Order: sequence, then structure tokens, then C-alpha cells
Amino acid sequence: MNIIVCAKQVVDVSEIKVDPNTKKPILQGIAQKISDIDKNALEEAIKIKEKHGGKITVITAGPSNAKERIKELLAMGADEGVLVTLPDKSDYHVTSNLLAGAIKKIGAYDIVLCGEASIDMFSGQIGPRVAGILKIPQITYAQNINVEKEKITAERNMGELAVTTESTYPVLVTVTKEINEPRLPSLMQILGAANKPISELSADSLVSTINPKVETIELKGVPMTRKNIIFKDDIDESVGKLVESLTKEGVLR
Amino acid sequence: MVLVYSDDKKIALELLSKGKDLAKELGKKLIAVAIGKHEEVNTKEYIVHGADTVFFVETDLENFKAEEYSEFLEKIIKETNSETVLIGSNKNGKELASRLAGKLNAGCVVDCINLYFKDKKLTVERVVYSGNAIAEQQFISKPEIITVPPKVFNPLPPDQNHKGDIIKKKFDTEKYNSKIMKIQEMKSGDVNVEEAEIIVSCGRGFKKKDDIKLVSELADALKGKTVGCSRPIAADLKWLSEDHWIGLSGHKVKPKLYIAAGISGQIQHIAGMRDSGIIVAINKDPEALIFKSADYGIVGDLYEVLPKLTNAFKEKLG
Repeated sequence: MNIIVCAKQVVDVSEIKVDPNTKKPILQGIAQKISDIDKNALEEAIKIKEKHGGKITVITAGPSNAKERIKELLAMGADEGVLVTLPDKSDYHVTSNLLAGAIKKIGAYDIVLCGEASIDMFSGQIGPRVAGILKIPQITYAQNINVEKEKITAERNMGELAVTTESTYPVLVTVTKEINEPRLPSLMQILGAANKPISELSADSLVSTINPKVETIELKGVPMTRKNIIFKDDIDESVGKLVESLTKEGVLR
Repeated sequence: MVLVYSDDKKIALELLSKGKDLAKELGKKLIAVAIGKHEEVNTKEYIVHGADTVFFVETDLENFKAEEYSEFLEKIIKETNSETVLIGSNKNGKELASRLAGKLNAGCVVDCINLYFKDKKLTVERVVYSGNAIAEQQFISKPEIITVPPKVFNPLPPDQNHKGDIIKKKFDTEKYNSKIMKIQEMKSGDVNVEEAEIIVSCGRGFKKKDDIKLVSELADALKGKTVGCSRPIAADLKWLSEDHWIGLSGHKVKPKLYIAAGISGQIQHIAGMRDSGIIVAINKDPEALIFKSADYGIVGDLYEVLPKLTNAFKEKLG
């Protein structure tokens, strides 16, 4: 099985602080990491390789410092890394076309694996977009995958329903966070990763001129105007005051 | 043209309401799409809710499948020259919109919570950085594909005098090597937090599964009867099914009263309940983040507070 995993470098959203005055997020100086669910995708790829053999290539589209993050993925068990350098301005249209271009360049593949969405933007566009560009079937939100020689079967988490879908290869699969627990590489694996190849591909080498279709014009803070009336004293008293307040608000029937 | 599609009729009607505004402003017609035999019944309803034309796509597919459905929409968008496409933001809608955008080389923004014109350009807002910011984004090319979650817009009342055409279509599509084998209910499914008017939620502050009865008793006393929870309770501990899970990756809720007990207030949880009417927090840690997002709060041990609160509500409400 030749597997390609698309992984994104993101800011660690759990570290984001909000500026108390502007209410805007402070993104400078926040640690970068590989988006959590993309690690689940790689973990699943490693499991498939352990059972069926083959090769795992990870592709990251991002700035050149994303190379450090790719090394982590190589330590986990990917065989090769590809860094696609993003142009100054990009959106999902640009990124997905570059990823699809890189996938075509890599050539023979059976499965493309992605996280269902990245933890910073949580759009989930990349997987289905890449599948649409490559004109291959897509299996999204997989919470369980079974790989056989000729076909893949996946159980998709559709909220109220579990939908089991089958496909031949090639296929693109996006996974949920619940599918597995990504492994932590050992020291030996971390050291060993230094010898694994990482190639760099420029945007120009993959597609002719490409421009974004959507631009972010502003990143706004989230207004949270709540009353913040907190009762801290005696519990009986607090309970009484709360019930009184809720009655006045008219939310008790 | 402005085109609207959702496999969920409720969202489709909400989108038709917004779609009508957009169409009016742009001087264009409003198109709705219904796909599959189960949806033919909706076509007339789409017209009385504002659609000028409804495309009804006949297909042998029993269920939604993004590969084929995106081809249907692609063909209708090209045929009608639709420049603005609104799609209902459920799981099906999001993968559909994204694949469609890939095929059309189009811009796409999912989960838009606001939609307006700014400098004559279609502008949208969506929540990013797990609830820490709102990105205001603008399309710089057409077609524009937008997905909108349920309840962002209100449907218009039906206008029985509104007339429109119903056009039946049957398309040949490519053959895809993927097929649906089985569809199962994930869980019991009698809980619907998204529709609830009063929700009492629990989080990490509960020590064992059995203690969740304190929350259901409070919910019963409020005649709300709906229990919600944060991620750890549903996803990690599995004390409650995912129907109860409220948060960025769980359900997004807008009850008139939301009570969070033993929930620390991680931004991911807040993102799922921030649109609630009144928010009440109960937590023993006075520094807990949840209090910042609450209208009212009680600092105290939930094991002491909840039974007392339940009794107080019972007395009040009988």
C-alpha cells in the first residue's frame, strides 16, 4: 500500500490568549505543531503499513520552518517527507491544488489520508477538495478503517448515524480524532528520522499561476457580553439569589 | 443566480430566506435544488418559501453521496450560471461544498455565521482558532460557495401566492468506485440538545458516572429534561453518548437557559454554547474560565449546590 498523508502545521490553539482590551487572539509567539487530527491520519497510515507493507509519504504545505514538524512525522513512522512551500497569499483553493499537484508528482498511491479538519480553522475543506481535484472517491469522517488488498471499508461518524462505505483504490480518506491514539516516537526513532529524506517543492513547480479565491480581511475578537454575576458566599444564600435572578430573567416557567 | 441546497429541509428553508435577500440585492433569481426521490415532496414547499425555480434531481442513489451529489450541483450551477451557492452546513453539506469547490476551482467558506455585502463584495464571518476569533472573509472570485449551520437564519413564513417552476432533471454521472454498504443508528438518539430550551450540562467536575443523576434531576426539576456535557464526558469517559456532547466538535446549542455544572470552560466547549440565552455556571474553582462566559455563577461544590438548587427549583415551579 502506498499511502500519502497530508499534514498541516498550525498554531497550538490551546495556547492562544486573548488580548483583554481588543478581545483579539494573540498569535505571535505561539508554538507551532502538527494539527492533532492529522497525526491520527498518520497513525492510521502506520497501522496499515504494519499490516500490508508499503510506503508512507507525508506532505505539508506551509512555510519552510515546517520542516522541523515534518521530522516529527518521520520519527513517528513516515518514510519520506515533502514540504510544499506556500505562496505569500493562499487559501483552500491554492493549498488544495498544490497538495493535489504534489500527490500527482509523487505518482503511484493507493490511499490519501487527512485529518477531518485542522484544529486552527476547522473547515475540513482540504480532504474533499483534493479528492474532487484528483477525481477520486472520498470517505470522510472515518472512525474505523479496514484495509484489504482490493478495497477499503470505513465506518463514518455522521453524528446520529454510522455510515459504512466501501471503495477500491485510489481513495481519499479523512479520519476523526476518535479513530486511534497517535504514538509517541522513541528516542531511537527520533534519531533515525534524521536520515529520512525531506524534499522541497515550490508552488511554481506544481501549478502554473494560482491565486486565492477568498481573502481574510480582518480577524476580529469575539464579543462576550455576559453579566458575570457570581455568588460566592453561603451556598443556601447563593442558590436563593440564583433562583430569584433566573425568575426575573423570565427563563423559569 | 443564487442557488440553495441542503439535504436537510429545515436548513434549506432557512437558507432560502437569506438567499432571497441576497438575490434581491443582486437583482437575480433564487434557485433551490432537491435531490433524490425522498425529496420530491419538498419542491412545492421551497417555492412557497421563496424559490423562483426548483431543480428536482432524480437519481437511483438511495442516500446522499458527495461524489455524485457534487456532480449534480456542478451541472446545475453551470447551467444556471449561479454565482452564489448556499449549502446547509451539516456533515454532508460540508464535504459536498468542499468537493464541489475543488471541482469548480471556486472559493468556499464553511460554517458561516454571518453573510453580508461590504464594498459590494460578498463578505462572510466564521469562527476560527477554536472559538477565539472571528475571521471576516471576502470572496474575490465567483462562484462563491458558502455553507451555513442550522438556525443562523430564520425561515420566511410560507407565501402561498409565490409562484415558481419545478424542473425535473436526470443526469448521467461518472461511475465512482465507492458505495454505501450499511447505515446504522449510532446511539439511542432520543436526546436532541440542539432543539432544547433548557439544558443542564456536566463536565470533568463529576467524580463518577453515577453522579450524573444530579444533573438529570436538576434538568427534570426545570422541566427541561435535557442533559448536555463537555468533551471528556462523551468522548473520553463515555459516560454519556455523543448526542449530549456540546462544543466545537460536538453539538452547537442555543437554549434560553444553559446551566454548566463542573465544566471548566475550555474555549471548545464555550464555542458550542455561547449563543445561549442565559448562561449559569457552577464550579468550585472561583478562577474557572466558565465564569467569564456566564451571566450567573455559584462558586461551590457541585455535590452540595446541585441538590439544593434542584429543591429550590422544585419549590418554585411546583
